[in-house]
This record gives sequence, structure tokens and C-alpha cells, in this order.
Amino acid sequence: MNAALDVQGLTTRFATRGDAVTAVNDVSFTVQKGRILGLVGESGSGKSVTGFSIMGLIDAPGEVAAGKVMVDGQDLRALSDEDMRKMRGNRVAMVFQDPMMTLNPVLRVGDQMAMAVRVHRKMSKAAALKEAQRALETVGIPSPEERLRAYPHQLSGGMRQRVAIAMALLHRPSVIIADEATTALDVSIQGQILAEVRDLADQTGAAIVWITHDLGVVSSLADDICVMYAGRIVERGTAQQVIDHPRHPYTQGLLDSIPALHEPGKHLPQIPGSTPQLSRLPQGCPFRPRCPRATEICATVPPADTKDGQTVLCHHPLE
Amino acid sequence: MFGYLVGRLSQAVVVVFVMSVIVFVGVYAIGNPIDVMIDPGATAEIRENLIRKYGLDQPLWRQYFTFVGNVFQGDLGNSMVYNIPVTSLVFSRLPATIELVMVSVTIAAVIGIPAGLYAGYRPNSLGAKLIMALSVLGFSVPTFWIGMLLIMAFAVELGWLPSGGRGEVAEFLWFKTSLATTNGWSHVIMPAINLSLFKMGLLIRLTRAGMVEAMGAEYVRFARAQGLADRQIVFSHILRNISIPVITVFGLELGSTLAFAVVTETVFNWPGVGKLIIDSILQLDRPVMVSYLVMVVILFVAINLIVDLIYARLDPRVRLKGGS
Repeated sequence: MNAALDVQGLTTRFATRGDAVTAVNDVSFTVQKGRILGLVGESGSGKSVTGFSIMGLIDAPGEVAAGKVMVDGQDLRALSDEDMRKMRGNRVAMVFQDPMMTLNPVLRVGDQMAMAVRVHRKMSKAAALKEAQRALETVGIPSPEERLRAYPHQLSGGMRQRVAIAMALLHRPSVIIADEATTALDVSIQGQILAEVRDLADQTGAAIVWITHDLGVVSSLADDICVMYAGRIVERGTAQQVIDHPRHPYTQGLLDSIPALHEPGKHLPQIPGSTPQLSRLPQGCPFRPRCPRATEICATVPPADTKDGQTVLCHHPLE
Repeated sequence: MFGYLVGRLSQAVVVVFVMSVIVFVGVYAIGNPIDVMIDPGATAEIRENLIRKYGLDQPLWRQYFTFVGNVFQGDLGNSMVYNIPVTSLVFSRLPATIELVMVSVTIAAVIGIPAGLYAGYRPNSLGAKLIMALSVLGFSVPTFWIGMLLIMAFAVELGWLPSGGRGEVAEFLWFKTSLATTNGWSHVIMPAINLSLFKMGLLIRLTRAGMVEAMGAEYVRFARAQGLADRQIVFSHILRNISIPVITVFGLELGSTLAFAVVTETVFNWPGVGKLIIDSILQLDRPVMVSYLVMVVILFVAINLIVDLIYARLDPRVRLKGGS
């Protein structure tokens, strides 16, 4: 059986003045039906661009240069623009970070949702609104009929993000990509939504890619975790493996800097330095300048994938 | 909503009052209309009589209050030049200006808005660059010069269109308009195009700016992620968002064109109110100037009010509140 989402060797470049910047570099992962993959990394690691590349929403000067994006065994990159448009929102859906900005401020929630329904299914507007109402019920919005008549600014942030998630669910997509979908919300609302997303994945069988910078969020939500750094996946494994036994020094650093997992009264460790500029990546391992375990070889030879269950892109992985 | 209207109307009253004082004092300072009207050879006695007849011997404040008192009785005074009531003078000229302005703003909107949408949708295309270059010409080349070029080309050289004046009028619904006759259209089309160029350039740039901004907005990305086609995104999502600044400018332009289509009306010898006000200023026809400018203020207040009401319909976040 095919995986719901199978990404192979995805590479996305942005043409800048001078040479092209590779924002996503040879990224591969698979997500089975009903599973949740956490895609983790700092800002600038290429995780959002990965999401947009899957959706086929990379605009010039960017371009998906190589790789395959298979959804239910069908390669999205082989589709024409028009066929790809028919896939979006239908087989692959996406939820964005900022619920304040993703809904059109001047249109009623119901009108926006009905539009999203009717773009893929021929039906009357009244029927589309019924459909929208059902979707709002699924994500636990009280009195959905009333909400359909509301404008986005009349809803709270959490409510808006639920609307956005409901819109992603409208056509029962095989794949949902959630880009920092709870980052802008209160912690308590975030917890509720995460629990609902977990339920949705179980019930609808959708494969979910949860993009976040917050390892704490994915540790409770995801089945599998991919850690991205400078456009590459540097570590991959089941959530338990990655959280309990991180092997890449970068993952270790991320875990150490989560306040909740840290002993009180001590200095919170942090990873020194910041994400490198993609246009000026160091030779060898891109993480080397910030890595406590770096040796001479790291400065010259880029690390290769070691494929022994838990993949790590490192010369000196932790045991 | 009611409180809002009351607030706006009381504001309008204050604006009209202040404006009338400024205009009155300003016009008083320009010069004595008697000097322009009267034959230089007339006797001092005739001169004195005339001055007394128009009340020009009174102090300024008394002249002003006499004027205000008459206005409250519905009398804006008589033109010193034509010796007919100012209201009937203005209303006899108004239809010509209204038809000219309506044709020109329609041309500006019908061409300018789609052109701006396209230029914002494909900002790097050749067509967009051409549109932007032309829009710069549209509002930087002087109106009178383009007007004269149009006359040179279409009236003098080609002889296709008349060089000026208003065409035959015919009854349409309740009023007489030259837009009801072919001859009328042949007269109105050239000045209307001339008058529309500035507005068209403005609308193009405004629409384009809104479009470029909207194309990068999150809600547009989200709409694309739902599989909506670009055409639907532009017409269902973006157009409404960018119409707010466009309508503001459109309203202001409509008002100022109605009031001051002076240059075009002069070049094309169009018998509208713009030409009337210029003639009255030259002849120091004080009642016409004052009354006309007060009417212009009322016109602007009305247009701004309508624009605000349209806002509230277009953008649900706008709340119309009383006072402020």
C-alpha cells in the first residue's frame, strides 16, 4: 500500500542576486495514513518552504528544482498547474500560522468556507454552507450556524484557527500540512487544538505534517519527528527515539533549551550562534560552527546519511 | 448610526460657516467689483449710487450678516454681471458639468481599475511596465496641453470631432442632456477623455499598489492553498479589500472635478460651472464666487459622507460612531 505522503529528494531553490540559495536540500520523508509527522527546526531551517513546496505554492524567484511529492501514489510534481490547483485544498490542504491574517477580513466566515467547498464540488451555496457548518462542528466550534455569519474579527484567535483547520478538513484531504498552526495561540487553546488534531488524524486517517519550531509541541503530538537544519533533515526517527535518545548534537541542543524539561534554578542552556545564512553555508557540516562535538573532519567533509533506523546526519552522533 | 449622522451634519455646518467667512473675507480683499463693472468715465454720483445699491458702503461684518440672513431666506443673491439669481445661474450651468464629469470618471474607472489590477497581478510583465509608464504621463503632463494636442489632432487635422462647445441637448427622463444626442456625444467625448487622464493615472497606481500588497497577503496564500483559481481570488477576495482606498480617492476626485474642471472647460469652451467660476473671479462677481464656493463645500461634505457609508458596507471592521 502507498503511503499517504511520500516526499523524495525534495529540493527547492531561490534565485537571488548572485547564485541560487537552496532552501530545501534533498529532503525525504514518508507519512502513513493517520500518522502525524513533526517537522522541527529553527526559523530559516527550510521547514515552511518544505510545506509550500509540497503544496506547489512556491512563487518566483523560487522553484522546486528536484524531487518527488507522492500523495496516495500520485506524483504532484508531474501534474499541470491546473491539475495541481485541483489537488490543493482537495487532496492536500494547509493551515497557516497566523489565524488573524489567513482569513479574509471583509468576507463572512460562511462565504469564505462556501467558496472553498464549491471550488472542488459542484453544489448550491446553501448546500455548501451546510457542509461548512458540519466542518465547524467537527473541530468543536459551538453554535456553528451563527459563526458562519460572523466576520473573522468577531472571532477569537483560537476560534479563527479552528475555522482554518475546518477549512482544511472540508474535502477530507489525504494530507494536511500545518505550518506553526498553534504558535500564535494561548498555551491552553494550543493544548485543546493539539488534542483535536490528534483525534482528527485518528478518525479521518489524514496524514498530518506538523511544522513547528517547538519540540515540546511535537513530543506530545507527533508519531515521528524530522529535525531540519539549514535546509536538510539532520535527524529522523520515531518521536520517542528522537526525544528520549537524540543522536544529533543539534537535536540535543534543542531539547536542552526547552524550559519545561530543565532543572529549575540552573542556567538554561542554549545553542550558541544562530542559523547560518543559506547563501553563506560553511564548508563541511553546516552545524559545525555551533557544535560542541565538532572535529577537523566536520570542517571539510559534509556528513552523509547513516541509515541505521534512526537517521542522523552527523560525523559524531551521540550514542 | 443615527448619532453618527448627527455628528457629521453638525461638523458640516461648522465647516460651511468657517468656509463662508474665509471666502467672504478673501473675496473682499481681491478688489472692488464696482471698479470692474463701471465705465471709467461715469460720474462720482452714479458710482456712489451703485456702491450703495450693492451695500458695499457697509462695514464687512454687516455685509456678511446681510448675506447670511438672505441665505437663510433661500436667497443667495443676484449675479452682478448677469443680474439673475445666483442659484439659477449655477443650476443652468451644472448639467453641462455633471455630464462631462460623469463621462470622464466612467472612462477613468473602466480603464484605470482593470489596468491597475493587471499591473499589480503581473508586476514584472511588459504590459504592466507600459501601463505604469503611461500612468505617470497621465498625471504629470499638464491637462491644458493634452487638451490642445487633442484639438489639434482630432478637430483641426483629422476633422473628426468638433473643437469645443456643448452639443445639441435632448430631453432624457426629467432633464435635458447632451448625452441623449449623437451630436452631444461627439462634443463631450474629447473633453471627457482629457479630463479623465489624470484620474485614470491615479486609479491605475492606486489599484496596482493595493493589488501588489494583496497578492502577498496571507489570506491570498490561504485561498490559493484551498485550490481557488487566481481569477476567483482576485474578484472574490482581493477586489473588495482594495476597493476602500480606491473609493476614497475616487470620491475626492469626483468632487474636485465637479467643482474645478476649470482647465478642461476653458480649453474646450465647455459651458459648465468651472468656466462660470473662472469668469466670475475675473469679473469680481462677488455673489457668484461666494455662493458657488459654499455650494462646493456642501458638495464635498456630502461626497465624504457617502464614501464613509460605503466604507462601512465594504469593511465590517469599520464602525460608524457619533461625534468625533
